[in-house]
Amino acid sequence: MLKKLRVGVSIILFTLITFYFLDFAALMSDRFHALAHIQFIPAILGSSFIILTVLIILTILFGRVYCSSICPMGIYQDIVAWLSKKTAKKKKRYKYSKAKNILRWSVIVVILIAFFAGYPVLLGLVDPYSAYGRIISNVFRPVYMTGNNVLESIFTSFGNYTFYKMEVVILSMFSFIIAIITFLGIGFFAWKYGRTFCNTICPVGTVLGFISKFSIFKVRIDDSLCNSCGSCAMKCKASCIDSKNHTVDHSRCVDCFNCLDSCSRNALKYTPYIKRATDTKIGKTADSGKRQFLATAITTAVSVPAVLAQEKIVEIITDGRVPTRQNPICPPGAKSAEHLLHHCTSCHLCISRCPSRVIKPAFMEYGIGGIMQPVMTYEKGFCNYNCTVCADVCPNRALLPLTMKEKHMTQIGRVHFVEDICVVHVEETNCGACAEHCPTQAVTMVPYEGHEGLTIPHITPDICVGCGGCEFICPVRPNRAIFVEGNAVHQTRKAFEVEEKKEVKVDDFGF
Amino acid sequence: MDRRNFLRAIALTGAAATIKASGNIDILSEKFISSESAAAVDMVAVMGGEPEIMFRRAMTEMGGMSKFIKKGWKVVVKPNIGWDKTPEQSGNTNPKLVTEVIRQCLSAGAKEVVVFDHTCDDWIKCYKNSGIEAAAKAAGAKVVPAHEESYYREVALPLGKKLKSAKIHEAIINCDAWINLPVLKHHGGANLTISMKNYMGIVWDRRIFHSTDLQQCIADVCTYSKKPVLNIVDAYRIVKTNGPQGRSTADVANPKGLFISQDIVAVDTAAAKFFNQVRTMPLDHVGHIAGGQSHKLGTMDIDKLNIKRIKI
Repeated sequence: MLKKLRVGVSIILFTLITFYFLDFAALMSDRFHALAHIQFIPAILGSSFIILTVLIILTILFGRVYCSSICPMGIYQDIVAWLSKKTAKKKKRYKYSKAKNILRWSVIVVILIAFFAGYPVLLGLVDPYSAYGRIISNVFRPVYMTGNNVLESIFTSFGNYTFYKMEVVILSMFSFIIAIITFLGIGFFAWKYGRTFCNTICPVGTVLGFISKFSIFKVRIDDSLCNSCGSCAMKCKASCIDSKNHTVDHSRCVDCFNCLDSCSRNALKYTPYIKRATDTKIGKTADSGKRQFLATAITTAVSVPAVLAQEKIVEIITDGRVPTRQNPICPPGAKSAEHLLHHCTSCHLCISRCPSRVIKPAFMEYGIGGIMQPVMTYEKGFCNYNCTVCADVCPNRALLPLTMKEKHMTQIGRVHFVEDICVVHVEETNCGACAEHCPTQAVTMVPYEGHEGLTIPHITPDICVGCGGCEFICPVRPNRAIFVEGNAVHQTRKAFEVEEKKEVKVDDFGF
Repeated sequence: MDRRNFLRAIALTGAAATIKASGNIDILSEKFISSESAAAVDMVAVMGGEPEIMFRRAMTEMGGMSKFIKKGWKVVVKPNIGWDKTPEQSGNTNPKLVTEVIRQCLSAGAKEVVVFDHTCDDWIKCYKNSGIEAAAKAAGAKVVPAHEESYYREVALPLGKKLKSAKIHEAIINCDAWINLPVLKHHGGANLTISMKNYMGIVWDRRIFHSTDLQQCIADVCTYSKKPVLNIVDAYRIVKTNGPQGRSTADVANPKGLFISQDIVAVDTAAAKFFNQVRTMPLDHVGHIAGGQSHKLGTMDIDKLNIKRIKI
């Protein structure tokens, strides 16, 4: 019964949040961002005290239900473990292992030190929600879009336009590689050993595990009934039941309830009744350290060439003599690069939900600490003036929600114009693509002196929002004649003067 | 529609275009003689009514939609849906006009009416907030996407001076006839955007236009062999300043005009002169119109045309 409840809730939450990340067509309302807000690390970073309190009270009452039913990474591992069980030739058996508490707490210490030293990237790497978000955004979203494109071509060939094509791109090689490694790495351990990640590396698992030691409802073994047969331990994907000593390591129990029905003598019960409390001793194995090392080594080996390649590409395509962007542009609502750095765990939700697809995972734009954090790119589009989605959905409040009015007044960057390479100057022909795309007319076309009928861009950076419409559409290559320079600290732009609306009376055709 | 019909349509449109270019009226153009006046109407200009009312009136003068759209045809109606703007902000063609055009095409017996535009802002937002997607669907048209390169096919433009080829949306390539349905607006780059400029919404790569003489490229793309059977200029609301988007409703004027002609150069000339009353805009600043005339796409000498002027 409890297990069914757990499985039911997990499947619902997991399906919803996974689809929320995949959903490029915004079939799901953006309001479903609540699914991300109830995650543990985002609640801490976003100072969502109510959510945090609820999660902790939930843990104090029932143990690690967050890990069993809310955390998408946890459910992903359960699915993998379930598949492994279904496909196994012989019966799959888990066995008890000792807690790796030194490793668990070392991870937390290292993450905390790195975080406060300005490298939140480590926290972002191991936060289960963010890591899961990256897997979906980087690996499965392209798959989903490809599927959509297949359907589109079939339907369109019959004159049905329900589906539309989506360009499938990998936004950042680095983030993609990290996501693949996370997906395969965690999946591998889940396949072989169950919830290994949750009970070794995951900082949320460690913290909630610690709280769970004191929780009221727990899986408890009735000494008088238990005959140490070990059938419960074989079912335990957290490897936390020591049937010989009749103990359960509650710091590792993820409340999956698989053990409850396995006992022929009904010795296991999920009750608040305290009979006897013992904890396993702290122990460690060298094994997981080795695995850790290997994982790190592989990550480095795979990512360094990609990193170098990206740098090289940037070098090749830009002309050093022409001014270009020096500061990265962080998405609206970020307030400043500093704020973003200390709040973002790179879950990529803003990247996935952005309808204009102008946010990508940063590479070195913010430095090593901000790797994979969201950065604006105006290669494929520009930030829609009337859109606040990224800021609305961010669960970490790394991007703070913006009202439409605030969005219109937020200046994430300032326009720069390089007249020397502008088409109007060089070719002496009309262009005006930049001004055409400017929502505030911070770029506007003025008569070009000495050229009747010709107009040239004129910029008023004070009223620029930094949306990048001008930079996106500028036809000059390799460097654009107009671009946005990021504001390290977002500003409020100046209001443009709205001319009083004068009714123009037109009585005749004029021809 | 079979190949024979298609070829016939092509031949007819082609022939009609040559006639327009010469500025003369001969046998074939008698097809388009107004039923009431019996003299050929080259252009109808209407003022002072609601968009759909003006259009209905104008089409009666033109001799009815069935003169231009035949039974069983696949028709494309190409409004301007370039911007994420509401109808009041006037960045796009008026949805009421779009509805009426589609309705008339269908009553003339069109088998299918397709609506699209290659938008500048995010296409989903443009289609939705312009009110055009909903209006077109309600009127019975198909609204198709145009945001990906794969929807476009390369066509040669042998008559183009600077633009020798362009990727054109397959809906236009596959249709029997298309109707050009722009909105009149100020434009920071081209100075004005009307019917000829509206062609930029049927092509994929527009950066090449901007980087290689915008005005000439606009004229060049209009030499594409499949010409619109009608150019209908919405001047009900116009963006007079800070175009083509406008940044507030202070940029919008409401002169309530509508112009229809088969002659794209003439209708743009007329619309430009109309605009000139709201804000000074010398014709030679809108270089692509003269470019169109040198391509023999029509005439700027509209005083010589038979224009039906109607005030409602």
